[in-house]
Amino acid sequence: MARKHKKPLSEYSTGQLVMFRFRKNKLAMFGVFLLALVFLAVLLAPVLSSYEAVTKMHIRDKFSAPNATYIFGTDEFGRDLFARILYGGRISLLCSFAIIGIAFVIGALIGGAAGYFGGKVDTILMRIVDMLMAVPSALLAMAIITALGNGIWKLVVALAISQVARFARIVRSSVLTLRNVEYIEAAKCYGCSSLRIILKHILPNGIGPIIVSATLCLGQTILSISSMGYLGLGVASPTPEWGTIISENKINIQAYPYLGIIPGICICLTVMAVNFIGDGLRDAFDPRTKN
Amino acid sequence: MEKEKDYLLQISDLTVQYNTDDAVVHSVNNFNLNLVRGEARGLVGETGAGKTTTALSILRLLPAKVGEIVKGSINYNGEDLLTLPEAEMLPLRGKKISMIFQDPMTSLNPTHTVGAQIHEVLDLHFPEMSRAEKDKRVDEMMTLVGIPPERKDSYPHEFSGGMKQRIVIAMALVAEPELLLADEPTTALDVTIQAQILELMKQLKEKFNTSVLLITHDLGVVAQFCDSVSVVYAGQVVEFGPVEEVFKRKENHPYTAGLFNCIPDLNDQQPRLHPIPGRMANPRVLHEGCCFADRCEYACDRCRKEKPAMHVSGEHGIMCHRYEDKEVF
Repeated sequence: MARKHKKPLSEYSTGQLVMFRFRKNKLAMFGVFLLALVFLAVLLAPVLSSYEAVTKMHIRDKFSAPNATYIFGTDEFGRDLFARILYGGRISLLCSFAIIGIAFVIGALIGGAAGYFGGKVDTILMRIVDMLMAVPSALLAMAIITALGNGIWKLVVALAISQVARFARIVRSSVLTLRNVEYIEAAKCYGCSSLRIILKHILPNGIGPIIVSATLCLGQTILSISSMGYLGLGVASPTPEWGTIISENKINIQAYPYLGIIPGICICLTVMAVNFIGDGLRDAFDPRTKN
Repeated sequence: MEKEKDYLLQISDLTVQYNTDDAVVHSVNNFNLNLVRGEARGLVGETGAGKTTTALSILRLLPAKVGEIVKGSINYNGEDLLTLPEAEMLPLRGKKISMIFQDPMTSLNPTHTVGAQIHEVLDLHFPEMSRAEKDKRVDEMMTLVGIPPERKDSYPHEFSGGMKQRIVIAMALVAEPELLLADEPTTALDVTIQAQILELMKQLKEKFNTSVLLITHDLGVVAQFCDSVSVVYAGQVVEFGPVEEVFKRKENHPYTAGLFNCIPDLNDQQPRLHPIPGRMANPRVLHEGCCFADRCEYACDRCRKEKPAMHVSGEHGIMCHRYEDKEVF
């Protein structure tokens, strides 16, 4: 694989090597393309549509199926679904990525420390995680929002905290299996510090399951934002958000299926794109699974 | 005795125990060892005799919380390693003291190229060295261990076991350490590769003037590689001396003699080998008398009650009551 590169492989950093392998993965690149497309559409929302259209009701045109004027059709109030999906995507994507990001970082720190140092650190951190896990995550998120007050960013914090436990568990278990592996022991013998061992030796070996679970978690997160919205927490109804769009239209879905299908497809495409990217990253981190 | 000897490593009275949930395991008991600079010392003994524990104690890498160094000192170049703070141990590991593990299949990180792994040791210990210099060192080292430098971009799974062990040796020696702890470096390899690897280690040891502590249970490996040998039983050295002397002398410690009896002899038409009767001493029980008494055919009451002293004559030492009065063998 090295022969195509201009320089010998050893002159590239590990990160660059991972990128090389990632770029050779067609499915992953397709995922990147899809996700870029979704992001582009969402970012260009003011150009493709306007914020006015999000809440403007065209009562006479209500429940129009997708047509030339309303590309995605309109809902029961005659609001343009296209505009609602574009602007809604901004909230959905931003929030879900932020939630996963925050949960991932905090979870990885907790799980990593617990798994690597073991003993009392492990016991204390994992009991905290157990406490988080004992409460159903929706209930936990609701409790946190109630405590913090309503608002989109508070929703992000609440949902992130409710996801921390699962990441902490996954990271801890992969660190635990790797901690006593001989090459980690060997790395200690060559004088690696704990931080270096975690970042350079444990992380690339243990990242596979973590990435997969993070990407799977994304779709679920988009939906939990909407279920929070349904309960009046976080994103409330007139503000569009993919999950919210589905839930506000759910009584009409039987008669007008496009109202559910179109936002559903948006969520699916995003989740799929992220899954492809996740799989690609996992493979790129492990040189044994190339080709 | 000669005082002017240049000792690189002096372990005295080292006692290590593992505090497990249900018992205290006395792994190493009053272990003594003196290693002269440039010497290759074999540590021979059964599985569980405390050889690896001793090596890990030198690097201070015993399993945290479980492994405990109860007493003793490990003097390295005039410094007691056991009192050094962890921050001062880090630069020592890999640069001054290096270790080779038993199984090359698992001692390389599968996610980095072998070149990068050798490189990392240099990154850790020679931050002032330029990238080009380090690359050159990596190439040189790979050539030295007999792997073409073009293979540095390969991953460990693309190598065979013997080649991996060569890479491991390259990693261990790239910083030119003074002391190499080799923990059964050839056990996982087949016999022909074993001979090659030993030969390679021998050459490199001469080239870099490295002292080696070779842990093995194979007396053949000791004969091939080492200058001197310490026989370890139940966490203590029961006999030590130059390889020639230990192998050739008529009277050994009963345990050493037992080990020799376990080697098939091509010239002798023995129908059976003579294994040492009984089992390895239980490390959970501390012995009042001689640790080998339960398995020793010469054991008497005294052996069971009183710990024998190390009887040293010249370079050779033996820990057995039977040699108390015999100064000359």
